[in-house]
Amino acid sequence: MNKLALIVVFFVGGLLVYVAGDFPDWGDPTSPASTHVGRYYLENSIRDTHVPNVVTSVLADYRGFDTMFETGVVFIAGIAVLALLRRTVVQRREEGELASHHLEAPQSGVVVRTASRIMIPFMQLYALYVIGHGHHSPGGGFQGGVILGASLILHALAYDLRATNKLFSEKRVLVLGAVGVMLYSGIGLFCMLLGGNFLDFSVLHAVLPATDEVMARSHGMLGVEIGVGLTVMAIMYSLYLDLASHGHLDEGL
Amino acid sequence: MIWQIDSILLVLVVVTAIVALNLRDLMGAAILFGAYSFLMCLLWTVMGAVDVAFTEATVGAGISTILFIATIIHTKGESRQ
Repeated sequence: MNKLALIVVFFVGGLLVYVAGDFPDWGDPTSPASTHVGRYYLENSIRDTHVPNVVTSVLADYRGFDTMFETGVVFIAGIAVLALLRRTVVQRREEGELASHHLEAPQSGVVVRTASRIMIPFMQLYALYVIGHGHHSPGGGFQGGVILGASLILHALAYDLRATNKLFSEKRVLVLGAVGVMLYSGIGLFCMLLGGNFLDFSVLHAVLPATDEVMARSHGMLGVEIGVGLTVMAIMYSLYLDLASHGHLDEGL
Repeated sequence: MIWQIDSILLVLVVVTAIVALNLRDLMGAAILFGAYSFLMCLLWTVMGAVDVAFTEATVGAGISTILFIATIIHTKGESRQ
């Protein structure tokens, strides 16, 4: 069985290497990927949207639908993990699992706690910078949201889940996750109300002060990036909460 | 693209991937996967795909390693094979 698997792996791997020879060269301007729409995006991104980072303008504006449903996928994945793992106090009491004594959960050492307390504000500030500056530099809602979630996870690692939950409760986090998805699709719907297509940010110039149609697209992108960031932050943190504590949300790792 | 850096990174990616697959200790394998993600992140940077590199660094090397470790702590921590 093992030998058969090895033969299959080598066959498929060899096939892949063989096929890879047919790929266009790295950075080839005549390759199919950079001749059709890709070329249009590269040449017209600044004129259409005033966004120098073409990756952001493609993800949030030209291909806004894809990113919206990706955000939806992240949200649904988080909800699925929650449904599988999360055990509420009521459920555990009904099953007689909940011990009546409350042990004080062990926290990590004072060095770790102090260091993380110093680091967390800088992480969160950097995450906000990544979200807000995604138009001009690498980054955007997804990366910034992950860094925000990581700062919450760092707090939960250094203290325990109870302490983190007291500061930023699970309920509030999940509400923020839903708000992120709604912010994204809400901006899309708002564009429809203003007479444009769904996610056509250029019509937003009617409500945003001191913008023309081009700047409105840039600002609309910032709005949806904030939505993506909120959802990703909430789901990353909620995944950690459920995986680290069997869904009990008490002491953590 | 500098071919020396490129080939060193590619060799290291293959080495970390094979060692991570063969390791019995799952915690070590999870940390090696973090290293693997970080090497992939460097590869993306060398190729000029900085946004992808950023995502790989935050999600691959950061969050997914933490989630792996959080899960492994609640299991036996060793693979049978």
